Amino acid sequence: MQSCTYLIVGASHAGLAAADAIRMIDQASPMILASRESHLPYSPTILPYVVSGRSKAERTALRSEAFFKEKNITFLRSAQLQSIDAEKSLAHFDQGTSIRFEKLLLATGAVSSLPAIPGLGDVAFHVLRTMDDALGLKTAMMGARRALVLGAGLIGTHAAENMAEAGMKVSIVEPEKQLLPGYFDAKASGLIEKAFDGHGIDLKFGRSVASLKPGVAVLDDGQEVPFDLLLIATGVRPALTYLDGSGIRIDRGILVDERQHTNLPAVWAAGDCAQVRLFQSEGTGVAGILPMAALQGRIAGQGMAGDEGQKPFPGAVSLNTYSFFGQQAISVGAGISGADSPGAETVLRFDETAKTYLRLVLKDGRLMGAASVNHPLDPGILWQLILRQTDLSDVKERFLADPKTTGRLLMSRLWR
Amino acid sequence: MGAFNSLTYNSNICIGCGECMMACAKAKSGDADRFDQSRIKIVPAGDNKFEAALCRQCGDANCVVNCPAGALTKNAASGVVDWNADLCVTCLLCTVGCAYGGITFESSVGHVAKCDTCGGDPACVKVCKSGALGYVTTASIYNDYGKQEDLFAPGLAACQGCNSELMIRHVLRRVGRNVVVAAPPGCIPGMGTVGYNGKAGAKVPIFHPLLTNTASMLAGLKRTYERQGRDVTALALAGDGGASDVGFQSLSGAAERGEHILFLCFDNEGYMNTGMQASSATSFGSWTSTTPVGDKLQGKRTDAKNLPMVMMMHNAAYVATASSVFMEDFYRKLDKALAASKQGFAYLHLYAPCPSGWRFPASLTIDVCRLMVESNFVTLWEYTPETGLVFTRPTDKPKPLESYLKAIGKYRHLAQEQVDRIKKLLEDRLVLLKRFVR
Ligand SMILES: Cc1cc2nc3c(=O)[nH]c(=O)nc-3n(C[C@H](O)[C@H](O)[C@H](O)COP(=O)(O)OP(=O)(O)OC[C@H]3O[C@@H](n4cnc5c(N)ncnc54)[C@H](O)[C@@H]3O)c2cc1C
Ligand code: SF4
Repeated sequence: MQSCTYLIVGASHAGLAAADAIRMIDQASPMILASRESHLPYSPTILPYVVSGRSKAERTALRSEAFFKEKNITFLRSAQLQSIDAEKSLAHFDQGTSIRFEKLLLATGAVSSLPAIPGLGDVAFHVLRTMDDALGLKTAMMGARRALVLGAGLIGTHAAENMAEAGMKVSIVEPEKQLLPGYFDAKASGLIEKAFDGHGIDLKFGRSVASLKPGVAVLDDGQEVPFDLLLIATGVRPALTYLDGSGIRIDRGILVDERQHTNLPAVWAAGDCAQVRLFQSEGTGVAGILPMAALQGRIAGQGMAGDEGQKPFPGAVSLNTYSFFGQQAISVGAGISGADSPGAETVLRFDETAKTYLRLVLKDGRLMGAASVNHPLDPGILWQLILRQTDLSDVKERFLADPKTTGRLLMSRLWR
Repeated sequence: MGAFNSLTYNSNICIGCGECMMACAKAKSGDADRFDQSRIKIVPAGDNKFEAALCRQCGDANCVVNCPAGALTKNAASGVVDWNADLCVTCLLCTVGCAYGGITFESSVGHVAKCDTCGGDPACVKVCKSGALGYVTTASIYNDYGKQEDLFAPGLAACQGCNSELMIRHVLRRVGRNVVVAAPPGCIPGMGTVGYNGKAGAKVPIFHPLLTNTASMLAGLKRTYERQGRDVTALALAGDGGASDVGFQSLSGAAERGEHILFLCFDNEGYMNTGMQASSATSFGSWTSTTPVGDKLQGKRTDAKNLPMVMMMHNAAYVATASSVFMEDFYRKLDKALAASKQGFAYLHLYAPCPSGWRFPASLTIDVCRLMVESNFVTLWEYTPETGLVFTRPTDKPKPLESYLKAIGKYRHLAQEQVDRIKKLLEDRLVLLKRFVR
């Protein structure tokens, strides 16, 4: 049986950040990085670009075999974690492999969640979460003309754009009344929708699919939408059946404290599989975005290696950048996707002809959120201003007039 | 991972002229007026003050961590965070990671952009008139000399935080194996350089002369080598006690005769390894075990003898003062001194603040070295008979002397009139030194 000091399951952003953080402190102790993927580590975020052809699948690797060798990390491919025996510190993988660990990080991310639609089991459909999904979708696109996308979130809109650009006739069905609900308000989404309209994408808002038959979706208003390719992008969720019987506590994700520690002393969890504190609201949730996965992975790795420089996870902040048809949108923080919350101060600059939009939301002189379309911002600086709850009273006028320059000024000062 | 060169920005002296942005825009896009193309962004901060947003080439960079495309990598050779346009998909996740505005997106540019230090020759620094932008290349010195063999044994027992050990290792790395070293009594042999526990302390010939005869023994050895036709560097690693007190006679004689010696004095202002007694190099007001603080005495009553000035008056082939905070300056002077010692007497005076004897935390040695120079407590200069004296660090805008004195325990008791006397002394000395500038 193999044994190691550090066992990391999942070789994506959270797992890789943890491995890096551990190797900063401890270059020697045996480390195994196990992934159920047959590929070298890659990011799920790159997949829309693999589908569009902008990225070549074979050039998406985030680490090479040489890297693992140099860092003294055993990279195990095609190894799916099946169960954990915490008492014996054993992780059981498929094909009968077991690994004894001293410290275990669960960084298994999320999978696409499937809606309960009658008939879904009888139709062929695609999701987009893994490299094999992306390659499968790319192949399927070659033989298809009409695509139907369920869900107008970041993944659905991205994939819809890919397919429209490939010359397909695309429809999106979304129960909410706009694209990217939760990230943008109706005005900002309206600008994005214009680009989608302009590329012939049919947006069916306020509707959902009532049932599916091969080649046809029946919507809740009775309309029938024919398709040769169906993509389901209605959300993601952690897949945690491997934790059954392990004693590790879960809710919507694996429950962790602010140091990514689970309820078991030798087990940590990070990234899209972990349920963490939220910075701007009560309670906990799965952050579901790359920067949070990487940050949590680093914190977990630091904890596993005993790095004294470890700082607790401050809480998840919503941070999204979104490119569509050569345009850019940014959504950072809270209070930017709906009506103004009580006590909040909003500044909105919207120019429909210039296709620019900017919304800044302050509360008690501090930044809550910012959203923009074709109006460049420095999201990393805005994130820091939110986390540090920087008092903007003194520079408020300037900040609202020019958040980019003023943000740079503030951070240049704050970092000294 | 080695040390890296880096761009520095000093907001205190930036005048906001924007020349750097124009130079950057020109270098990156060919058009100096395209400010959007500049990777350095100077932003007005009010009251004629300015700040900068610029890539800091982080060691563990968040933009790299956030990139899903593998388009950003920390270059292990240059230290620059490299951006690969082929791999980039313009997802902007890197801009989410950066808290400095160091990697940014502009619609008019169409892709993310960041500073690449122009391949190690930054265009912005060259046009900065105020000196706010700098390109510190000290790192390459550490990398280059880090590759040379360390000619002292590991495990020398200098006090924690002592910069003398650091500096003697640098010196021998540069001087190389073709050397004979004299280490008279003091901290340097005390830490084991001449041997300890029956083992050699250095991988080169090293001997332990008396405090009194270092320069004359070395002169004799050097002459013997020359007679044999061998070009061996004669190097003294002495303390200030061995150089300016009882060792002074032989030192002065060797300088007067123009012996081909490289004499290094590590000035820690006293006899530190034997219990912190005062030497003639101990500064006025210093607490030492022989100049205590009590009812009668408030530290040392006399001013320090300024040995480098005295050595300059010998008209030696090369005389200079150096500090371990300005390593480029130090190495330049060491090179010159080494060359000069082939024809005449070369004297290099190194400031060596002593955490144990001066009473400051061991972690602050380098900061103390810096304050010492920046407050004009000591000045960095070099002298040759041909050029006269040349200051190698500006002396016109010194930090308050108090900032230096307050950092050090041996001055804790100083009364205002003592501080005033030191100030006056330093001012007078500067005036005097300036007279030697041609
Ligand atoms: C199409 C798409 C676009 C996206 N775009 C963005 C974006 O623009 N911005 C953004 O911030 N985020 C984006 N995301 C989300 C982002 O990719 C994730 O938040 C991030 O990848 C989470 O990293 P992770 O390491 O926690 O998990 P994952 O990246 O999901 O990796 C988990 C890994 O664990 C492996 N694994 C799972 N279970 C097991 C098991 N039992 N045994 C062994 N291995 C297992 C998986 O195969 C996978 O390789 C996008 C996601 C997708 C799918
Ligand atoms: S914009 Fe380019 S460099 Fe930045 S994270 Fe995305 S792919 Fe990487």
